[in-house]
Amino acid sequence: MSVLCLLEADGAAVAPGSLRALSFAAAAAADHDVTAVLIGPGAETIASTEALGAELTGHGAAALCLVAADALSGYAPAAWARALQLLADDGDVTAVVAAATDRGSEVMAHLGAMTRLPVAANCVSAVPSAAGGWQLVRQRWAGSVLEDALLEAPLALLTVAADAVAMDPIEADATVADPIARSPRSADGGQAGPEPAETTLPVRRFTVRLEDADLLVSAVESAAEAGGTSLATARVVIGGGRGVGGPDGFAPLEELAGLLGGAVGVSRVVTSQGWRPHRQQVGQTGTKISPELYLACGISGAIQHMAGCLGARHIVAINTDPAAPIMSRADYAVIGDLAEIIPALVAAIRDSSD
Amino acid sequence: MTAQDTAAAPVDVLVCVKRVPMVGGRVALTADGQDVDTRLSGFTVSPHEECAVEEAVRITERVGGTVTVLTLGPPEAAEQLRDLLALGAHRGVLLETDGREWGPIATAAAIAQAIRDLQPAAFPLILFGNEAADTGGYQVGIRVAHLLARPCATGIKRLELTGTVLRTGRERGTVHEVFELPLPAVVSVKEGINLPRYPSLPGRLRAKRAQITVLQPRWQAEGLRKTGLRVPATASRPAQLLGNGVAAVPELIRVLGELGLLPSAARPAAADPAAAGTGPRA
Repeated sequence: MSVLCLLEADGAAVAPGSLRALSFAAAAAADHDVTAVLIGPGAETIASTEALGAELTGHGAAALCLVAADALSGYAPAAWARALQLLADDGDVTAVVAAATDRGSEVMAHLGAMTRLPVAANCVSAVPSAAGGWQLVRQRWAGSVLEDALLEAPLALLTVAADAVAMDPIEADATVADPIARSPRSADGGQAGPEPAETTLPVRRFTVRLEDADLLVSAVESAAEAGGTSLATARVVIGGGRGVGGPDGFAPLEELAGLLGGAVGVSRVVTSQGWRPHRQQVGQTGTKISPELYLACGISGAIQHMAGCLGARHIVAINTDPAAPIMSRADYAVIGDLAEIIPALVAAIRDSSD
Repeated sequence: MTAQDTAAAPVDVLVCVKRVPMVGGRVALTADGQDVDTRLSGFTVSPHEECAVEEAVRITERVGGTVTVLTLGPPEAAEQLRDLLALGAHRGVLLETDGREWGPIATAAAIAQAIRDLQPAAFPLILFGNEAADTGGYQVGIRVAHLLARPCATGIKRLELTGTVLRTGRERGTVHEVFELPLPAVVSVKEGINLPRYPSLPGRLRAKRAQITVLQPRWQAEGLRKTGLRVPATASRPAQLLGNGVAAVPELIRVLGELGLLPSAARPAAADPAAAGTGPRA
């Protein structure tokens, strides 16, 4: 019995969300092994990374499976799902887990459609139940509500909410100093058994045969233009909401963000009014942020907005309304007009740095 | 939006939406903990879905064709269909339920059956919002695509129709991903693909009179069952007041300093981030 966890690449490394999913899978698997799965031509490159074995073992993986297919050149959602289906059929697999990213979510949905099995999306915990199913907690309303659920299926298909598992590696008693053990490519494909147990992470290679339909939709990737500080990863986010008053009110916020090396984020009302572009929107249908400080100016704090700030370490709210919902979600509050306070704050920071 | 929809023939677009409670500052649950309490809230559709309807209307404005909006829900979900008809959709279809919650498998089966029943050869393009605001399942569109043996793309923020090929795109970190799909196809879009219009008065009047097709699909149980809902006990506590108006600026500077976020020369001498009492959020 084992659990599969799909890994996504982030450049030449494994994406942080996939490592969180791996930790989640290890916790859910309890006594069973977790096999991390990398799919496609990029898998070999990532697997050749020196520290990968230690990283995956540290997050609870007992083995790594590299999946290849002749016709698979890049990312193809249905093909990745088919690969997971074939891999699950090949062994005694009880669950397949992926991070609830665009890719993870859609691959699992394809897998659910192919197998006609349910997919539990955005899970924050999964515990095998006595009756043979799974007791799940999953997010609704992007984390503003939690759902307790029971999943009964021969193969549990789960995606892991972005903020479900802390990034710290689990307590690892395995040897993590050595790089991955190499194994020879299997001659006939799909039949390579696990390598003999070593002190390092065993690697298995699995070749799948895909149908044309699985490859019909595949991604062509190109680099996006380099922008300023990315909203998703900024250490400081200066938020602006309805209280900014209009498209002309953002200059002081931009200036403050620039001074602090941060980014400006906005609430949905700001983008739906056309005051700022949607890529600056923070929230359930925008960007999820995880800064050290979120300075929310003129933002009431609707749950759809706060769902995008669950990762913020500290929240300071500036608002004219002491009864705004954000006042019960922030660590610190300033009651007042942001149009006066932000320029004064900018001036004070400039003064003290002269 | 320059090279879009070149040489495209008129297209009949189906947009699938879901009625969800309009939730604002806080979400309240019913006494039995099974649902969001909607006694005091209105209803709406998810922002992604509003954008899907806007995208469909724009496509048909450019190349001709019709927009049909479909929802599965209680009789009251006709309200949401009329709201979307007011934005420029032409026809409404209600898959009427008795109000209980439908899972993604049953929902997709009912939608696919309705598409077959309505017009087997129609709707070369079927749009969904990427995920519903409430359940966030991220899968009904993909399941419908599989049931109809169609290609699909999800998370889409750019859509361009060229003849019988759809070019769709989304971002992944600093990377653009482009997926090309032959029609007929299914696409799930995200907010940001466009800025939806507001309903016009003539649109509202037309929507009020529009005939809505009602079908009665059959509910089915599925392997994932909700046992209850709860609101997480996240820091719902009063914020610490730093002050009023510009008088609070020194306190703001202090907090920035304690977090080590001030430009280096601006850091107050006394503020040592390591010794600061500003702890992380619970």
